[in-house]
Amino acid sequence: MDPSLLPGFLLRRVAKAAIVVLAIVVCNFFLIHAAPGDPASVIAGQSGAADERFIAQLREQFGLDRPLLVQLWIYVKGVLTLDLGFSHRQQVGVATLILERLPATLLLTGAAFLFAVGLGVTLGALAAGRVGRWADSLITVLALTFYATPIFWVGLMLVLVFSVWLEWLPSFGMMTVGADITGLARVPDVAKHLLLPALTLGLFYMAVYARLTRATMLEVADQDFVKTARAKGVPEGQVVRKHVLRNALLPVITFAGIQAGQLIGGSILVETVFAWPGIGRLAFEALLARDYPVLMGVFFVTSVMVVVFNLVTDLLYAVIDPRVEVSG
Amino acid sequence: MSMTRRGLMAATAAAPVLMCVADARAQGIAPRRGGTLTTILQPEPPVLQIGVNNQGPTLIAAGKIFQGLIKFSPKLEPMPELAESWSLSDDKLTYTFKLRQNVKFHDGRPMTAEDVIFSVTKFHPEVAPRARAIFSRIDKAEAPDAHTVALTLKAPFEPFLLMFDVTACAIVPKHLFDGQDFRTAPAVQRPIGTGPFKFAEWQRGNFIRLERFEDYWKPGQPYLDAIIYRIVPDSQSRRLALETGQVMMTAAGDIEPFDVPAMRARPNLEVWTDGWEYFSPLSWIETNHRVPALADVRVRQAISRAINRDFIAQRLWFGVGKPATNPIASTTRFHDANVKLPGFDPRAAAQLLDAAGLRANAQGVRTTIKHLVLPYGEIWTRLSEYLRQSLRQVGINLELESTDAGSWARRIGAWEYETSINFVYQFGDPTLGVERTYVSSNIQKVTFTNTGGYSNPRVDALFATAREAQTAEERRAAFSEVQKILVEEVPQIWLMEMAFPTIHDKKVQNPVQLGTGVHASYDDVFLTA
Repeated sequence: MDPSLLPGFLLRRVAKAAIVVLAIVVCNFFLIHAAPGDPASVIAGQSGAADERFIAQLREQFGLDRPLLVQLWIYVKGVLTLDLGFSHRQQVGVATLILERLPATLLLTGAAFLFAVGLGVTLGALAAGRVGRWADSLITVLALTFYATPIFWVGLMLVLVFSVWLEWLPSFGMMTVGADITGLARVPDVAKHLLLPALTLGLFYMAVYARLTRATMLEVADQDFVKTARAKGVPEGQVVRKHVLRNALLPVITFAGIQAGQLIGGSILVETVFAWPGIGRLAFEALLARDYPVLMGVFFVTSVMVVVFNLVTDLLYAVIDPRVEVSG
Repeated sequence: MSMTRRGLMAATAAAPVLMCVADARAQGIAPRRGGTLTTILQPEPPVLQIGVNNQGPTLIAAGKIFQGLIKFSPKLEPMPELAESWSLSDDKLTYTFKLRQNVKFHDGRPMTAEDVIFSVTKFHPEVAPRARAIFSRIDKAEAPDAHTVALTLKAPFEPFLLMFDVTACAIVPKHLFDGQDFRTAPAVQRPIGTGPFKFAEWQRGNFIRLERFEDYWKPGQPYLDAIIYRIVPDSQSRRLALETGQVMMTAAGDIEPFDVPAMRARPNLEVWTDGWEYFSPLSWIETNHRVPALADVRVRQAISRAINRDFIAQRLWFGVGKPATNPIASTTRFHDANVKLPGFDPRAAAQLLDAAGLRANAQGVRTTIKHLVLPYGEIWTRLSEYLRQSLRQVGINLELESTDAGSWARRIGAWEYETSINFVYQFGDPTLGVERTYVSSNIQKVTFTNTGGYSNPRVDALFATAREAQTAEERRAAFSEVQKILVEEVPQIWLMEMAFPTIHDKKVQNPVQLGTGVHASYDDVFLTA
């Protein structure tokens, strides 16, 4: 890759991405407002008592009494100045709400991602190297099992074994609350809470990576340049690492790029089952409460992340495979 | 549970004030100071300022931060809280409250008559519809001295005192709200009350922590150092949290009714179903009288007789709550035990449908009615499925529609439904919590009004009589008659007098003492070692 091409490439990609994100913002706005009910009717429904003045007051306070296009214009203007708005329901700025919850989700999905890619690629490579033998069969069966098992069931079983029977790990939450654990002592505490949800979220993807790596490695291993490498006497370990695995990684990276985007939203279920205070639950609860600004804020942040992950994936291609060139 | 709370109540009914020292101390356990109560709050409240938000979870947690002038026993007898005593003038117009002398807000400022008058006449009427309706009856609010409040009504209003529980009228600090928009004032984010616990920390989606207020007006109390409410969105995870001891207590809808038998079987846990008498939620099949079939009283009677309420109470709710017998729950004032819905009888139901002219077609279907499932958890889906089965037996095809909470509230409010399920708090008195569903003056496009559109001038007149009458006896007569008419006309098809299980580790003492149960201030709750 020619480094001098990079700034121009990045600039073009960012400009494109900005347009995409803006289009997403506008689409989201209309989609969300098309859902029946509004925050005022939800609050009235939850309060157990209401009158027309109460609902009118709430609509006015939330700015819902204005025409939809005016509301859209106010929102887009806000987003352009990086102001994500205000949750009137919770009386807190949307950016604050999202920033409070984003680290928890990034920790969970990051851990699940590393676990899935690391173990998946390793197992896939191991299986490919022992094709047809018992290790290969074992790994294939394991991968297929996790691939086919619903994620919530995996979560429940993990909780049953590790929290209820063995009592090794907590079944919910992100940290021990009220035990005055501060500073570095937090790290093992959070790690203990992280283990089960990250495993639950990661196992499915781990299976996908294992199968993908195994399949592509077997395919690459048959190609001429691998035979050449072997013929000229390159040690087998080096052939596998440098020639086979490296070339087999491209599809894995493509898939990882897609998965990284999905992980942010895909963690809603795991966050709910494990009471993990992340952004997925924030979005889901905002949807139920019709808390429009929060929902749109989460969509905005996640769409920006998907765009960023795609960009990183494209750059990674070029790093792994020098034949791939960056271009707008 | 060897002795039910209700049994204990009967034994001490003659001395209502002694009731707050009931269970634990009656068993000879001395209160122990210290420890943190861990429990669950679900769904997570948007804010913890009572008034600005009045959802169930808000009231439970903020009921520890704020207090009312009085509180209510399970028999709905008023007991002193921030008011030491109170009296009613002979013309039944002026209520005089004597306030405690040494009450402080969490910011150190003393609580005085000014704060009470502000809360009653300004704060709650501005933000809360229920307070607006009742407190608009106040003609004058005066403070003869810093610790006396005199509220004079325009006309006598017998259930007035019921509005002074913390869940209806929490006393808020005037100095933090006066002159501001009450909904957006900074104090909404950091609530300041007079309660035994002050707001300490809230990590959204994770937990809320309340801490002991050292200057609380009861010396030596509260006993607990802190209360932590964990936010756990999944009902099975909540059950696990309780079973594995990660939390000590659950309340309200935390544990699904079908999980309650398993909790009862655990030796370290105790299950209460009382502590909801002040609210007495009553569930019913919400019927829209604008649907021609449902406007026919015989069809509503038929549906009512086609349902086995005992089955619902025992097999769906596992004994948490009991079958409804009429529109006023048995724990609400003026319930007439002699007025009862006719029992389960599918054959009588079929005859009523025949009489209404609804004949079965070749498939055995007389009519099809749409039904909006209440989106508040799996138990409600199971209920609607049971209703579909039972009504199919008498030839009514109930077509279930799923929805989410936002759509449900909008569709009920806009009258866009045929039938649904609803449950509504009665707030201790039919005038406060029952009348609104049946009087024609309250037919509004808003949830929890008379959305069904039932209208009967005689019912309107009786509710009006009961509202304005000066004495409880006159009111009782009017309510008895209204119960007879409503049971005959079944404008809504009542199902259950609901209760919610409070389940706790046996080391938690006194969690359910009042008619408001877990909404109480918890200044007398403690943990045994």
